Amino acid sequence: MDIFSIVTIFVLAIFVGVEIITKVPPTLHTPLMSGTNAISGITLLGGLALLASSDNLLTSIIGFLAVTLDTVNVVGGFAITDRILKMFKKR
Amino acid sequence: MSEENIQIIVKFIYLISAIIFVFGIKLLTKVRTARRGNNVAALGMLLAVVATLIGSNIINPWLIFFALLLGSVIGVSFSKFVKMTSMPELIAICNGVGGAASALVAMSYFLKNSIGFASSMNASLSMIIGSITFSGSLIAFAKLKGIITGRPIIFKGANLVNFLAVLIVIFLGYQTSLLGSGLMDPLSIKWSLIIIGFSLLLGVFLVNPIGGADMPVVVSLLNSYSGIAGAATGFAIGNVALIITGALIGASGIILTKIMCKAMNRSLANVLFGGFGAEVENNKGEKSEYKNIKSTSPDEVAMLFDGISSVIIVPGYGMAVAQAQHAIAELTDELEKKGIEVNFAIHPVAGRMPGHMNVLLAEANIDYDKLKDLDAINHEFKNTDLVYVIGANDVVNPSAAEDKGSPIYGMPILNVHEARTVIMIKRSLGAGFANIKNTLFEKDNCLMLFGDAKQVTEGVLKELKDL
Repeated sequence: MDIFSIVTIFVLAIFVGVEIITKVPPTLHTPLMSGTNAISGITLLGGLALLASSDNLLTSIIGFLAVTLDTVNVVGGFAITDRILKMFKKR
Repeated sequence: MSEENIQIIVKFIYLISAIIFVFGIKLLTKVRTARRGNNVAALGMLLAVVATLIGSNIINPWLIFFALLLGSVIGVSFSKFVKMTSMPELIAICNGVGGAASALVAMSYFLKNSIGFASSMNASLSMIIGSITFSGSLIAFAKLKGIITGRPIIFKGANLVNFLAVLIVIFLGYQTSLLGSGLMDPLSIKWSLIIIGFSLLLGVFLVNPIGGADMPVVVSLLNSYSGIAGAATGFAIGNVALIITGALIGASGIILTKIMCKAMNRSLANVLFGGFGAEVENNKGEKSEYKNIKSTSPDEVAMLFDGISSVIIVPGYGMAVAQAQHAIAELTDELEKKGIEVNFAIHPVAGRMPGHMNVLLAEANIDYDKLKDLDAINHEFKNTDLVYVIGANDVVNPSAAEDKGSPIYGMPILNVHEARTVIMIKRSLGAGFANIKNTLFEKDNCLMLFGDAKQVTEGVLKELKDL
């Protein structure tokens, strides 16, 4: 994809991010942090692509490590967020 | 199906995942739908992962399966076995780990392929940011856990050293980008290790001088860094999902950081480089000399609750440390049984995470409608009979409004001193995070209740029930 399309998408994504994040109430800021933390594990996709096409020992080790670490980030993040949000209930 | 068509489908699924993420975060704007929002976002992630696997030629599927399995098991165990009060530490670690993964992927991409200068720059940037995020998060974790001193460790010229370090890292990044010859070229390996090593050091240098209670700002900033690192990796390997999501997360982290800094009325620069809370030369013996201190006891406090109509409870980090939230919940119940209106005033930087107090109080089954933020409740103090301050200190210090020379001057505070009576729970007259005198204690309407937050609250509760 050409650089202009990529930059356009990036900039628009930032605008969308700013719009929706500012609407999250302070009460939910902790789950917001843990939730966006989980989503930042999206680099998992890069790790997966790497590990999938790995043909030598070094890239396999690095890839395995990267995928494992990122999965901890993603799964752990969503699980923590769920645990936090479970507690917010009306009596 | 042809290779090209598969890639097109994969890209479409990525777009759908990004849209799902946006909807997930939208649902996170209301408490009622928040949990569903989290599940929706998780679904988006799952979709993106499946799409990636479909679109790749997998040489060794077992390796991938085991990596995913191992990561999931570790992630779920972390989330289950950690106490709510340790939540900030856990978020810091998860974030750091993600940063490390980002750097690793970028390094591998850099070594494997013969890529142009622009992609090399992106890969270098990702290695740098990912490494800084990793080591910075580790330091944040250690400070939050108390392994390293919470007091900022500063030495003369520290900021100059940091500045030079940043310049060095930028230079190294540039040098590395000039290579990009890939294919496991030993020179490339050497350079990537160099910039990762230096960036790790930089992460330590940047976070070390920051005090423990400012860690929420750091964690939030590091959160946005991992998003930016993700976007950089996305630019390097041409993955649109990474770019979009990285932008979302980057924006989210920066906004939260801004909100927190505004709430403390300190600029981000002050938080990161100001050495706030360290021993300042001109704060001589001043901090330990208090006049007009009136101290009270649990049974006296219980009697104060007699015949009043409104109470505001102000929680702070001390409540979390003492694990007093359940005792507070019982106290709230008991007071409401007597017909007293109970509300909670939550200052934006109370605790060690934004929203930290809310989470703890929710855990203790307190109705989230009672949790009021600063703007909603600050004008109510003058109409309130009694304020119960448990574990909060700097956020109720009138010096911030009255004393122009105070380090916290200008920070928005909770106006507890406007209420009829203030009960201040503290273990001793020792200084809090900002290391300054709290002039609230000397006011006529302030009574000190010395002791452990949980014990004194349980003491008050017992006396109340006996009345």
